[in-house]
Amino acid sequence: MRYLPKSPSERQEMLAAIGAKSIEELFASIPAAHRLKTPLRLPGPLSEMEIIEFFKARAAENSVGYTSFLGAGVYNHHRSVVTDALLQRGEFLTSYTPYQAEISQGTLQAIFEFQSLMCQLTGQEVANASMYDGSTALTEAALMAERVTGRSRVLMARSVHPEYRQVLATYARNSGLQVEEIAFTASGQLDAAALRSAVSSEVAAVIVQSPNFFGVLEEIPALAEIAHAKEALLVVGITEGVSLGAVRPPAEADIVAMEGQSFGLTPSYGGPFVGVIASREKYVRQMPGRLTGQTVDAQGRRGFVLTLATREQHIRREKATSNICTNQALCALAATMHLCLLGKEGLREQAQQNLSKARFALAELEKIPGVRRAFPGAFFNEFVIELPRSVKLVNAALLRDKIIGPLALGVFYPELSKRGLVCVTETTTRVEMERFAASLRRALAQPLE
Amino acid sequence: MTDKIKKASRHTSQSEGLIFEKSAHGKRGIELPPLDVPAIDAAAALGAAHARGEIIGFPEVSEIEVIRHFTRLSTWNYAIDLGMYPLGSCTMKYNPRVNEFVARLEGIATEHPYQPLELSQGCLKILQLLETCLLEITGMDAVTLEPSAGAQGELTGLLLIRAYLQSRGNPRKKVLIPDSAHGTNPATAVIAGYEVENIKSESHGQVDVERLREQVTEDVAALMITNPSTIGVFEQRIAEIAEILHAKGALLYMDGANMNALAGVARPGDFGVDVMHLNLHKTFSTPHGGGGPGAGPVLMKKFLEPFRPVPVLTVKPDGTLALDVNRPRSIGRVRAYCGNFGVLVRALAYTLAYGPGIRQATEDAVLNANYIRKKLEGVYDLPYSLPSMHEVVFSDARQKKHGVSTMDIAKRLIDYGFHPYTTAFPLIVPGALMVEPTESESKEECDLFVDAMRAIAEEAATNPEVVKTAPHSTRVGRLDEVGAARKPILRWKPSASGEAAD
Repeated sequence: MRYLPKSPSERQEMLAAIGAKSIEELFASIPAAHRLKTPLRLPGPLSEMEIIEFFKARAAENSVGYTSFLGAGVYNHHRSVVTDALLQRGEFLTSYTPYQAEISQGTLQAIFEFQSLMCQLTGQEVANASMYDGSTALTEAALMAERVTGRSRVLMARSVHPEYRQVLATYARNSGLQVEEIAFTASGQLDAAALRSAVSSEVAAVIVQSPNFFGVLEEIPALAEIAHAKEALLVVGITEGVSLGAVRPPAEADIVAMEGQSFGLTPSYGGPFVGVIASREKYVRQMPGRLTGQTVDAQGRRGFVLTLATREQHIRREKATSNICTNQALCALAATMHLCLLGKEGLREQAQQNLSKARFALAELEKIPGVRRAFPGAFFNEFVIELPRSVKLVNAALLRDKIIGPLALGVFYPELSKRGLVCVTETTTRVEMERFAASLRRALAQPLE
Repeated sequence: MTDKIKKASRHTSQSEGLIFEKSAHGKRGIELPPLDVPAIDAAAALGAAHARGEIIGFPEVSEIEVIRHFTRLSTWNYAIDLGMYPLGSCTMKYNPRVNEFVARLEGIATEHPYQPLELSQGCLKILQLLETCLLEITGMDAVTLEPSAGAQGELTGLLLIRAYLQSRGNPRKKVLIPDSAHGTNPATAVIAGYEVENIKSESHGQVDVERLREQVTEDVAALMITNPSTIGVFEQRIAEIAEILHAKGALLYMDGANMNALAGVARPGDFGVDVMHLNLHKTFSTPHGGGGPGAGPVLMKKFLEPFRPVPVLTVKPDGTLALDVNRPRSIGRVRAYCGNFGVLVRALAYTLAYGPGIRQATEDAVLNANYIRKKLEGVYDLPYSLPSMHEVVFSDARQKKHGVSTMDIAKRLIDYGFHPYTTAFPLIVPGALMVEPTESESKEECDLFVDAMRAIAEEAATNPEVVKTAPHSTRVGRLDEVGAARKPILRWKPSASGEAAD
């Protein structure tokens, strides 16, 4: 087998050195009744050529050749080939968590740079080395708020990503955290009046997302005031990181939970992505996950180490701030490389292209009779359209033109049937947007079957 | 460097500051095509209150500078690709490159989790085949591929247990965890709403079955066991342990961190395990990448199946695959979308490469561990004498007499060209040296490791200072961790202009 570096005679030599007559002897400590008598029934072994052939065949059964207008937390942004070339260096790809700092300085310095970039983007003071994804980052932010405030109720905007809300519900169910949802208004924003009457001195956190699931920006300073009046924390979730190139960061938030997929990571059918938690310095000891800090060696040379580990499971066990161990380090590294390449000017330009193209797409779609924008609030690169008929039917027609149409919101919000979420990024061309509008116009002109 | 150091020699590495320190206004590493629609200014589009100003301090560098920056950083890391990485419990095996290639294919890397199911059949077939393979390898009945890593797999497993017990009227109060367990086990039990009760190991490092019998009451929901245990030894009374739990209505959870000792040889489903997780970034070769991403599929017996997290992969009557979210007894969703799909792709590519031959990998892993054990027995103290499987745990008892600890030996190993073993774990072994070579090491590499360990043992006796002050060959020496924690510096800040602000 090509991955195994031993010849049959070397195996025999090693067995002899051990003093074992056969390899079976080394498994004698497993009671005979539990040892397999027959080989496993598994497909393979496959050569490299066969493996590639298998996965290419699977790829051909997916959406190659289609133009997609899906976003909803997973975005198709430009990725430089440079990121992927660097990321595949074995020294990054095949190294472990940097517990042995002296031979992990590359990973550690990169994490330090990641933490710094995340602080710059979010307007926060500290950021951790990564969480699994945006959904678990938001959940861990809620649990962190519970620890900081000693309170056990959270108010969650209904305009937060529905799957993120479901994840929090799973974690909350057994940890004593109560979650109450706050409605959205006709503008697509959180209902601030409803929030004001729901917030109390028992509330640990108000949790919102901005841009929210409908693509609409929330009024962060005003929401922070409402939360802070009762000494509750404001937690802001961000699923579209590129928005931070154009949209004011949630500096008034106490915790920011972000999905970093937009920074150089492929959609990859939903993962692996990279979650981030950023917060205020005074709450750092309640943060979950790993942190890298700057320090020196005995000669005064700058170096980096994993630090404040007394929050973590391998030291604190049942008293840890989280059970997270393995995180998404390589994805965080990809995001770091991507953001360094993009730079200050590149990120600003990318964000502006997203803004401009989304507005062009919306204008094209609004020209179609019966199509209108559902929520008037300020938006970045996603918006909700209202159609005269079911999104599902319309999407079936669009598929015939090789277009993956808007996400049908009725799946998550029964009251939003006939509404679809449209996403446009810098990778969407004018021609594609015009083709989408033309196809939608044709679909709606067809009589209902 | 002494002439005993055969594997490593000095070479020059480049110095490199932080990326922020290389930044200068007007440089960039990515250029976008010109905008093909009318440009709209952010303030005009969003309103002044929502628009962002300049991000002060954000890097501005060119493409070649990014290439050099990260290439230089990379040379400061040790990696499996450079040599043996014998971290016990971490299974640092070779990460096949074809796995990376297929995960990046157009049609695999490019797919959106909300695209129509009829355009996702390729993704779903990958998930289905991986499910089938993992069920066969573990001997279990049902699986979820959702959990993002081992710790989230543990949580999912305990939530399954809780939901099942709840459905029978009482979720119970406690989870039993051996003192040799990974820290994630107790941390997870608390999130699942359980109290943790530790159980002591007996003198051979195995679960004390007689005490266990007393500890398992109607209050106990489950025992979380790692098998082989963290000292690399198979729990020989595992079936009896399962019976004791089952007799009281409690369940057996297996932490599959050490599955690299069992794949193709024995199946947890055949020795009484009710639910377990696998670390695909260990046994199934997906890259650790400096700390992740991983994937932690959970496998279970049939009676736990109704409680699986959503989405659940199902086969429709027409034979096509679908994702079912309408599962009334489900524990809910543990993360967004379909798990760490890209990691699952790599794990399937690994499994297909071996097929039934995965047993050979297991055999070689166990062979390597036992070879190293034999060669170092008598040089390093062996606190537990039961037969080793895929890893071997020594202690620093002999070297301690000269004032040399497991951490010192580990740091000295760096000078000899190896990544250290796992130090000071498991907690039941004072001064532990936990060595897991994996199947990816040749006899030659194992021999070099043995020679290095023997040379260090000799140094510990004759010249302990050289060991206690190691490493001597790295860019930086031992770093001031106490200072780092006392006054944390967790981010770069512009020196004069103050905070990045808007």
